[in-house]
Amino acid sequence: MRLESETRAPLLGVKGWAIFIAVGLFLVVAVPLLNALPPSSPVHVPDYLIPLLGKYLCYALLALSVDLIWGYCGILSLGHGAFFALGGYAMGMYLMRQIGERGVYGHPILPDFMVFLNWDSLPWYWYGFDSFAFAMPMVILVPGLLALVFGWLAFRSRITGVYFSIITQAMVFALMLAFFRNDFGFGGNNGLTDFKEILGFNVHAPATRMGLYIASAVALGAAFLLCRFIVTSKLGRVLLAVRDAELRVRFLGYSVTAVKLFVFTLSAVLAGIAGALYVPQVGIINPSEFSPAQSIEIAIWVAVGGRATLAGAVLGAFVVNAAKTWLTGVAPEMWLFFLGSLFIAVTLFFPAGLLGISSQIRRRLARRPAPALAVEAKDA
Amino acid sequence: MPDGMEPAMVEIDATQRGIQTGVDARAAEPNIDRHLYLDGITVSFDGFRALNELSLVIRRGEVRTIVGPNGAGKTTMLDVITGKTRPDRGSAVFADKHDLTRLDETEIALLGIGRKFQKPTVFENLTVFENLELALKDDRGVFATLFSARTREKRRRMGDALETVGLAARAGDLAGDLSHGQKQWLEIAMLLVQDAELLLLDEPVAGLTDAETEQTADLILRLAGERTLVVIEHDMEFVRRLGARVTVLHEGSVLAEGTIDAIQAHPRVIEVYLGR
Repeated sequence: MRLESETRAPLLGVKGWAIFIAVGLFLVVAVPLLNALPPSSPVHVPDYLIPLLGKYLCYALLALSVDLIWGYCGILSLGHGAFFALGGYAMGMYLMRQIGERGVYGHPILPDFMVFLNWDSLPWYWYGFDSFAFAMPMVILVPGLLALVFGWLAFRSRITGVYFSIITQAMVFALMLAFFRNDFGFGGNNGLTDFKEILGFNVHAPATRMGLYIASAVALGAAFLLCRFIVTSKLGRVLLAVRDAELRVRFLGYSVTAVKLFVFTLSAVLAGIAGALYVPQVGIINPSEFSPAQSIEIAIWVAVGGRATLAGAVLGAFVVNAAKTWLTGVAPEMWLFFLGSLFIAVTLFFPAGLLGISSQIRRRLARRPAPALAVEAKDA
Repeated sequence: MPDGMEPAMVEIDATQRGIQTGVDARAAEPNIDRHLYLDGITVSFDGFRALNELSLVIRRGEVRTIVGPNGAGKTTMLDVITGKTRPDRGSAVFADKHDLTRLDETEIALLGIGRKFQKPTVFENLTVFENLELALKDDRGVFATLFSARTREKRRRMGDALETVGLAARAGDLAGDLSHGQKQWLEIAMLLVQDAELLLLDEPVAGLTDAETEQTADLILRLAGERTLVVIEHDMEFVRRLGARVTVLHEGSVLAEGTIDAIQAHPRVIEVYLGR
């Protein structure tokens, strides 16, 4: 591959596009078609699988956002659950306002939990969330702003490595405690649930669920291409350089703070979008999404799939979560042991993750021959 | 000092330094094109004075070699010039305009000061070409970098730099696969495409073979004139080969300055190097 002869590295190679289109067609065309088959058909995809797959797609988007900063820029955020949950809460607030008078207490404006707490008016920060057009920008702005402020403070002070990971854990833990409080105004322990409608469609209707599932698949595909655009750009190579030798990048004249802030904020926005798509499909958002362990699990998905590959993050999120769904059904007490041993095994034996296994084997079989390359510029 | 006469050596007497507060006599001369002027720089780490009232003038286009025993403050001096370390006292004036002690690493790099570290620090997971691409003088903004295209002109400049350091055939290889000497040259090529006017080279021939050392010396001499080079080096043969003015640092200040022959004959220098 004569990368240096092109004005810009391609978004994906031929094989990459083929896989991307095949997976996209499978998710967006084949799955809905298989779902439309009569239940007697052996390849019928039952209705209950659709929101489950939709949930995995949201997790995959979340994993993608973590891979962008961790795999490529070396920023290990162990608090990305916070951005996911904030996007989810923004969507949840919109869904709560859509319930209207159909709540248990039948209050025309106040959500049930506020009536229960004897609140007499809507807190100011709930204003506007009855409108989808207001709530959607909030899905992006709230996680984005938090990441911008948090990142600015951390990166400006040159907090890196494990110290950064620890303060992201502290951030997500602090948010969890805050959201657990009833007087914080987000439903406390129970969170936001009992949703009825999204944009006028019944959230429990199979067609709505299919729509949300497809929206998640499209969002994941678009985010994947956006991330590919970044990592194949010169900025992507700056990210790798920051990951490997941050100080050197400063001496080259790049503002490492600005570079990190950009990817960290973008990553938080992607996580927020994932959360917003997740909430209507699972029907609830509560403070457990802010639990520090949840955020660590995201890093495990990425590590299992393969860091700095993007596709690996998606794969890892699917594989680990499918295993979780299956194992918590058949042997729930085994799950954490499984997750722990999986993480250790991958770190020890497959540091490049599932996606790296094939190239790891190939490299072991034959030492990679160095391709002879010449600078194209000479004949320019 | 008589006018118009360049002494073979300027020795700065320790007692005299106290009175003159570290001002190099030559610095006061108006017609010298001062590219870099360090004035009375002091840096202390936990009470240890790494640099002690260090004053130094580097002319534009000059090659200057800096020698000195371990702990003399050579690397600390580069840290001050590049903004990695803030001095307790003193100033570092670049091109008679910018006080480097007030700027950070990024701003200093953008002024045209490039540094090659003691240990070669190329980006091992990027190709030789990509390493150059990152160093290439260009808009360093986040969005400009995101949408940056490798134009023909940019590729030509990178190709030229690779030719200069003799790495054109390795453009597509991972920088991590280069030999130690090739990494050093890649780093120099990076400084070239960065359009650094002042190149700070910290031990550019450490760990190189004799042939590589010779090639590096040729490279530095080829660059002299159009760029200013400050070379920190232990290897006296190499210093001699460069034939440039030598500054000896000792305990954080200038012990002597002059030609290599004058330096090697100087009793204080011999004493410092060989021990009492």
